[in-house]
Amino acid sequence: MSDELLRVGKLGKRFGGFVALDNVSLTVRAGERLGLIGPNGSGKTTLINCITGALFNDQGTIHFDGRDVTLLPPFQRARAGMARTFQIPRPFRSMTVLENLQVPLEYAARGPSGRRAVDEALEVLEVIGLRERAQEDSARLTQIDMRKLELARAMAAKPRLLISDEAMAGLSSNEVDDVLGILRRLNDTGITIIMIEHIMHAVMRFSERVICLDAGQIICEGTPQSIVQDAGVQRAYLGA
Amino acid sequence: MKPVAFWGALAAVLAAGLALTSVVANEYYYNALYVILQATMMAVAWNILGGFTGYVNFGSAGFFAIGAYTTVALNKALGLPLPLLILAGGAVGGLVGLGLGYLTLRLKGVYFAIATLAMAIVVETLVNNWSYVGGAKGSYMLTPEKHLWFDSYIQMLFVVMLLLTLSAVAVSRALSSSRLGRGLAAIRDDEVAAECAGVPTLRLKLVSTTVMGAMMGIAGAPFPYFVTYVEPGSAFSLFIAVNAIAMPMIGGTAHWLGPVIGALLVGTTQEIVKVTVSSEMNVLIVGVMLVVFITLAPQGIVGVARKYLRRRAA
Repeated sequence: MSDELLRVGKLGKRFGGFVALDNVSLTVRAGERLGLIGPNGSGKTTLINCITGALFNDQGTIHFDGRDVTLLPPFQRARAGMARTFQIPRPFRSMTVLENLQVPLEYAARGPSGRRAVDEALEVLEVIGLRERAQEDSARLTQIDMRKLELARAMAAKPRLLISDEAMAGLSSNEVDDVLGILRRLNDTGITIIMIEHIMHAVMRFSERVICLDAGQIICEGTPQSIVQDAGVQRAYLGA
Repeated sequence: MKPVAFWGALAAVLAAGLALTSVVANEYYYNALYVILQATMMAVAWNILGGFTGYVNFGSAGFFAIGAYTTVALNKALGLPLPLLILAGGAVGGLVGLGLGYLTLRLKGVYFAIATLAMAIVVETLVNNWSYVGGAKGSYMLTPEKHLWFDSYIQMLFVVMLLLTLSAVAVSRALSSSRLGRGLAAIRDDEVAAECAGVPTLRLKLVSTTVMGAMMGIAGAPFPYFVTYVEPGSAFSLFIAVNAIAMPMIGGTAHWLGPVIGALLVGTTQEIVKVTVSSEMNVLIVGVMLVVFITLAPQGIVGVARKYLRRRAA
C-alpha cells in the first residue's frame, strides 16, 4: 500500500499579488481515497488545476507515478492517467452525451475508435445512469445530469487517478449516495480518488484521509475523525 | 449520409459535369460554374478551421492568392504543368497555414481573427513589391494550347475545379466524422476540457490550419489560368474572403454539408444577379443574406433543417 501515485512538492501559485497556493506539499498513495476540503477561495480548485495542468504552477514540482509531470501539458497528464471533473460543468456542447465520452475514450485512454468506442461509452453511461440520454445534446441536459456527465467523461478516460471537483453539488441525498457508490466501486477496481466536496458528510464517509486547505496552505491533515475535531479546521470554517 | 449514398452522389455530380462538356458549348456557363465551384472549395476549406475547430479566419484571400501566385511564379520559372502547379499551390498554402498556426497558437477568438487578417495584408504587400510575379502591375498568363479531349480550355478548367472541389468535400466529410474531427469539435466547444480529456489541442490546431491553408492554396492555384491576367487586387480580393466566411455561416458551420449548401446557394444567386441585374450587386447580396441568416437562423440552413427533423421525430 505504500506505492506513491502522486507527489506534490512545495507547490506555489500566484495570481498577481494574490497567493492562491503557498508551499503545498502532499502525497497520495495508489488506491487511496483522499478528501480535500476548505472554505471557498482556499485554493482547492487551483490546486487541482495545477495538478492536472490546466494551470501551470509558479513553484514546486508534481510527480505522477514516479514521473516528473510539472512541465507536461494537460493532455499528456490525461494520457498518463489523470482525469478530473469540473466544478462548473463544461460539456462539449455541440456533441451528444455519447460523443462527449468518445473524446476521452479515443484520446486520453487511447482506446478503440468507432463501434467499440461507442459500446464502451454506453457501458460508462449505464453505470452513471445516463444510458437513456446517450443520444441527447449535452447542452440540453439538466444541471444535475451535466454533473453526472462530468463524472462519466472522467471515467471514460480510464484514469488511474480521478479528481472529482464538487461532483455532487446540487444533487439530492439519494443521488449523492448513488455517486458515492459509483466512486467507491471505481476505487475498488484500484482507481485512486481525490474528492473535493462541500457536502461534509459525503467527504467524511468516503475518505480514508482528509486534507484541509485554508488561504492556500494545508492547515490540517488526518483521518476524517481527527479533522472534524481539529481547532484550526473549525476556525477556518466557522471563523470562531 | 451513408457512405454509399455519399460516394454515389459525388460520382453522379462528376458524371453530370463531364456530360455537360459534351452537350453545352457556350463558354459562359463554364465560367459561371468555375466561379461557384471555386467559392465552394474556399467555403469548405474555411469551415475546417472556422466551423469544425472554431477559429475564425479573415485572411482566406491571402491563402487563395498564395496558391495563385505560386502558379504564376512556378509557371514563369519552370513552366510546370497544371497538376504540378496545383500540388505546389497546396504545399505552399499548407506551409503558410502551418506557420500561421504556429505563430498564433496562443491567440483565441477575435485576436486570432485579427492575426489572420494581418497575415493576408502582409502577403499582399509582399506580392505588390515582388516584381518577378508582376508586382502591383500584375502579370499575364498564356492559356496553354492543349486541353486534353475537351473542346476548350475553360471546359477543362471547369472539370479540374469540379474534381478538386469534390475531393475537398470528401476530405471535409471524412474529417468531420473521424476521431480527428471529434478532437477538433472538442477544441471548438471547450479547449481546457478538451486538453483534460487527452486531446492534444495545439497539435490538432496546427493540423487544422495546415489543411485549411493547403485547400485554399489548391483552390487558388488554377486561378491565373482562369482569369489569364492576375494582379493583387483580384487575387487578394476582399470578396473572396467575405464569401469564404459568409457561405459556411449561411449553410451552417457545424456540418460538412453546410458550406457546400451555402456556397451553392449564395454562389448561384450571385452569378444569376451578375448577368440579370448588375455585377456590382454581388457584395450587397452576400451582405443581406448574411445579416438575415445571422439574425434569424444562426445555425445556418443545416441547423434549421436539423431542428425541423428533430421536431418531426419527437
